[in-house]
Amino acid sequence: MDKNIKVLLVDDEEEFVKTLSERIQMRDLGSNIAYNGEQALKVVKDEVPDVMILDLKMPGIDGMEVLKRVKKAYPQVQVIMLTGHGSEKDEKEARKLGAFDYLQKPADIDTIVGTIRKAYKKRIEKPLMAATFAEAGDFDSAKDIMDRDD
Amino acid sequence: MSVFDKLKPLFWDHEDAAAGHYKRLFDFRGIWYQAVVFTAVVVLLPLIFITLADYSVTRKSAESEILLRTSRFVSNTRRTVSFFLEERRFALVFIVRDNSYEEISGAVRLGAILDNLRKGLGGFSDLGVIDASGRQHTYVGPHNLEGKDYSGQEWFKQVIEQGYYVSDVFMGYRRIPHLVIAVKHELDDGSFYVLRASVDLERFKRLLSQLEVMGGGGAVITNRKGVLQTPCEPCGRDALEKIPFPVPEYSTHTQVFEEEVGGKTMVVGYAYLLDTPFILMAIKDKDALMQPWYGTRRQIIGFLGLSVTLVLVVVIGMATYLVNKIYTADRRRVMALHEVEYSNKMASIGRMAAGVAHEINNPLQIIYEKAGLIKDYFTYKPEYKEDPRLLVLVDAVISSVERCGAITKRVLSFARHGEAMLQPVRIERLLEEVLGFVNKEAEYRSITVTLEVDEDVPEFDTDRGKLQQIFLNLINNAFSFLKESGSLTVAAKRKNSDWVAVSFADTGPGIPAKNLERVFEPFFTTRSSKGGTGLGLSITYNLVQELGGKIVAESELGEGSTFTVTLPLKPGKKGGPNPS
Repeated sequence: MDKNIKVLLVDDEEEFVKTLSERIQMRDLGSNIAYNGEQALKVVKDEVPDVMILDLKMPGIDGMEVLKRVKKAYPQVQVIMLTGHGSEKDEKEARKLGAFDYLQKPADIDTIVGTIRKAYKKRIEKPLMAATFAEAGDFDSAKDIMDRDD
Repeated sequence: MSVFDKLKPLFWDHEDAAAGHYKRLFDFRGIWYQAVVFTAVVVLLPLIFITLADYSVTRKSAESEILLRTSRFVSNTRRTVSFFLEERRFALVFIVRDNSYEEISGAVRLGAILDNLRKGLGGFSDLGVIDASGRQHTYVGPHNLEGKDYSGQEWFKQVIEQGYYVSDVFMGYRRIPHLVIAVKHELDDGSFYVLRASVDLERFKRLLSQLEVMGGGGAVITNRKGVLQTPCEPCGRDALEKIPFPVPEYSTHTQVFEEEVGGKTMVVGYAYLLDTPFILMAIKDKDALMQPWYGTRRQIIGFLGLSVTLVLVVVIGMATYLVNKIYTADRRRVMALHEVEYSNKMASIGRMAAGVAHEINNPLQIIYEKAGLIKDYFTYKPEYKEDPRLLVLVDAVISSVERCGAITKRVLSFARHGEAMLQPVRIERLLEEVLGFVNKEAEYRSITVTLEVDEDVPEFDTDRGKLQQIFLNLINNAFSFLKESGSLTVAAKRKNSDWVAVSFADTGPGIPAKNLERVFEPFFTTRSSKGGTGLGLSITYNLVQELGGKIVAESELGEGSTFTVTLPLKPGKKGGPNPS
């Protein structure tokens, strides 16, 4: 079932993001890579991921902007910020914009994978609940759950 | 020395205290010296000058007064003495004119005349009539001198020549000083006779002693060879002895001069008595005469001494006060300058560290992930699994990178909060962060660091950077005094709804009570030899004030010291924390 988790890694440091991707795949997660904001938005458009790992500082569209746009277009996508130089202010803003978590580099791979799994759990919980409601015929509640912004 | 230590103004040992290269505008001791010397000279010079002028003026006037008085005294005395002698001479002249030779050469008549003279004028001891041949014709008096021949004697020749004669003083037969007055009387037949009288000098002495002058002096008479005719008390010599100084030269007027006699300065006034072989002298002790002026001199010198002392006290006091003011102002200036320099330096160091940390962070990520990947291979691929050494190596790389990461993270978070701004701060996290800097040192020196933060200490808005610096300074300060295996307890407590107190209690040597009240003073340090600037606690104090808080130091010698920072939970809160 983990193989089904689609993770998108966005970071301008190629070597870092490639290695991280390989390690995530080794832990039986599906992973995709984007090297900057534009690319990330394109990839999301083509294939909506379940969880996004997003760097804050990138050339062009930065992490905060990507987060804003993705959350707006696909609120179900869980975004984990992973940054080398975030302030408490950035963390606060990111969380306000709907980031699932905020991790500081260098982060332990187990922490990252653990966070991805937690995020995925949240990602699928809502549709599951909504499906349950839908099966019970309560479409309004199902819709509410799906639309709820957390 | 200890008195000086107590009185010593703050700036005196300035150089020793601020052993450093701070920009110093003033040489305080030099300024002090300049001010004192310049003011003292300007004030004292005219004062001393006027006093000296007054001194010499009063001295001169006192001296000229003495001369004048002496001169007047001599003149008066001369008149008296001359009168005394002349009176007797005139009496003799009167007698020879009033009596015929026959009458006067009769012993009865002469005896009556002597008796009259004694009762009328006094001072006569005998009378004799001497005829032209020089033989004493008649004599009345205590001695039997009738028939004595004077023709060969000097005085007889003189009396024939001049018509009268006044002798020097001589010791009579009874060893009583006498002098002789003789007058010649021409008779109608062309011959003459001489009336000779001995004058008892007791009267003469009495006369002079009645004229005794103030100032231990007296009037004496000498002959023209300087032989005393009356005893000289001030020069300690008796009659017929020589005066102890040369005979003053002849003058028709009264003269005054000064003479050293027996180690004393004497003022001598003299006058030659006309028609006699005598010089009248008034000899007075100058010191005694100057006595009234000495009183004045004492007053002048006393006044000068008092004024000089007063002026010096005021000048030194003023100079000390003013230089102290300049000194304090200068200390404040240096302190402010230093603080600015220090915060600038801190800011640049912070920026640089942040830059370095940031640059290192990226390659570090890569190393970390690559090493992680290698480890993954070893874990997941059976062909590498066999060799456990490789896994150990990779683990070592990973743990090293993690350590580097921890450092860059801390540097970044420390530098990031350098700017002055209010933001929510969790005391516990902040303290952990700051304590992280000294963890290694604590480990090396086996210092136990305990952090106790009460549950109810809330997150509150304050300047994170400043608070960080405050904590760091206090912890560094405690560490610099802690010995091996000492302990530092950092505790945060909520005092009441408005205040939170953070205390740093060490087990160091403690601070003596006299230093305790000065620990926050700038440049106060007991570690100057070990590189303490004396600014750490002072800056800390200022920072705490900027945050609207209070800092208090308590200490027990040998037990340790506790610094407690009390911070307002709401920004902008002024005033002291509620003691409850």
